[in-house]
Amino acid sequence: MTYAIQAEGLVKRFGETVALNGVDLTARAGTVLGVLGPNGAGKTTAVRILATLLRPDEGRALVDGHDVVREAHQVRQLIGLTGQYASVDEMLTGTENLVMIGRLLELSRAESKARAAELLERFELWDARDRPAKTYSGGMRRRLDLAASLVGRPSVLFLDEPTTGLDPHARGGMWDTVRGLVDDGVTVLLTTQYLEEADQLADEIVVIDHGQVIANGTPDQLKNQVGGQVLQVRPVDERDRETVAGLVSVVVGDGMQVEGDLVTAPVTDPSVLPTIVRRLDDAGVVVAELSLRRSTLDEVFLVLTGHRTESTDETPELVIEGSRA
Amino acid sequence: MTASTLAAPRTLTRRVSPAATLRHTATLAWRSLVQIKHNPMELIDLSIQPIMFVLLFTYVFGGQMTGGHPVQYLQFALPGIIAQNAMFATMNTGFLLNTDITKGVFDRLRSLPIGRMAPLAGRIVADTVKQAWSMAILLAVGLLIGFRVKTNIGGLLLAFLLLLAFALAFSWIAVLIGVLVSEPDKVMIFGFTTIFPLSFTSTAFARVDTMPGWLQAWVKVNPVTHLSDATRGLISSGPVASPVIKTMVWGVAIAAVFAPLAVRALRRRV
Repeated sequence: MTYAIQAEGLVKRFGETVALNGVDLTARAGTVLGVLGPNGAGKTTAVRILATLLRPDEGRALVDGHDVVREAHQVRQLIGLTGQYASVDEMLTGTENLVMIGRLLELSRAESKARAAELLERFELWDARDRPAKTYSGGMRRRLDLAASLVGRPSVLFLDEPTTGLDPHARGGMWDTVRGLVDDGVTVLLTTQYLEEADQLADEIVVIDHGQVIANGTPDQLKNQVGGQVLQVRPVDERDRETVAGLVSVVVGDGMQVEGDLVTAPVTDPSVLPTIVRRLDDAGVVVAELSLRRSTLDEVFLVLTGHRTESTDETPELVIEGSRA
Repeated sequence: MTASTLAAPRTLTRRVSPAATLRHTATLAWRSLVQIKHNPMELIDLSIQPIMFVLLFTYVFGGQMTGGHPVQYLQFALPGIIAQNAMFATMNTGFLLNTDITKGVFDRLRSLPIGRMAPLAGRIVADTVKQAWSMAILLAVGLLIGFRVKTNIGGLLLAFLLLLAFALAFSWIAVLIGVLVSEPDKVMIFGFTTIFPLSFTSTAFARVDTMPGWLQAWVKVNPVTHLSDATRGLISSGPVASPVIKTMVWGVAIAAVFAPLAVRALRRRV
């Protein structure tokens, strides 16, 4: 099995702050590795190290077998990077932005223009190709940014929060694009704060919090890791809610929650279901809903980190790092 | 989906050749200059403040300075105005560099297999072209309202070369500031709070023998004095050799101190 990304024991400190505290990451060639974590978890720092922009204080990382510190120039020939910000030159047109990258990658003038045209077409920016990027919408800028990172046909692509700030439609478009790239054989490392995004796109997920990996595995493995399933019971008559809650907590134990008339509880042993049915019957409670479902990644995250993914601090991670350095 | 992004097996180069670094620098300089095509206002921005200075110093202060002969004062002050403007213009380098860093453009460039110094070098080359443009504008406006080159074309060319060389050296200070501050506007604040006093406490706009003794002591070592005097000597009248040499010594000293500091700060920041 070949790994496109292998990182071991990455440590990065900014003064007193430990941004990464021994992070291991691996991504098999041609797959999507989702790096999931709240703001400030260290996701961007990890991407910046892998993309040769930052040297780790400890540990090492290989991209397609090349060391990101000692063979940075080789790594740069293999990767594409799309940052948390649309890092296109706002004063240049879409075409000029892409031609500039092409020229920097030693394509001829004609090749650069052809490649730019191809990417503008593919990312639905053709009509806006001659307008300065500052006139683009957020979604268009993000697409241009992604196009810029594809000019050199990278085999490993880093996407740092590619959909943060995008509307649901633009987000869906970005997901389709990522799937298409993977079909083409590109390895993608994607950081995200959105559990749904990791669940949708990633073959493997690494959950990072406070600079450490707190869990990893496939989306399914992660869901299994924390109880795996959730029992949901909704009585027809809301007055039965207390009765339902009482008997669920007796059968299941800890973790029962009541939201409105819905009683939920994490379940590890699927055999509780018949027991619950019997007890409900004995108590004479008629239920509108009784189900066992897989836990969402949100619930997984809550169990793993002890806090929810919603972050009140909207400051982009990169800016905080910039002022620290 | 086309197969266009399919990662083909490729041969990787081990390093960037000096010729490639030059090509990258040229591409990145092009990138900064082609913007003018979409935003011609930038050229006017580069010109408007210097033109206002020329008109203001000539027609408002000039009469008082010379007892009613504004053009006579223009003949004295224009070399100083050009020198002062060149120093202000270097701040653009810091401003635009900081913009690139804070907007993430610098990260994108550094993630490409290009010469490590190409992004900075491209920036500086482009800004030197803009410098030359604003010097030419100043001279043209001066000529239009009565300034005369009293030496020769060779002197004029040497003056421009000296100004550009000094500006290049001085722009390392702008690069350092551009790397250190958190947002582009702070570069401009720095520019105004340091270059204003620096350029006015010189012989750019007034003769040193009219100033109080304590101020003369500073004015006589101020690099802007030497740059103004050298420019004046090369295009109008006055001594040439001594101020030219002192300007070059200052330029070399500034570059020797600030270029390593700026490069180190840049490596640390990005």
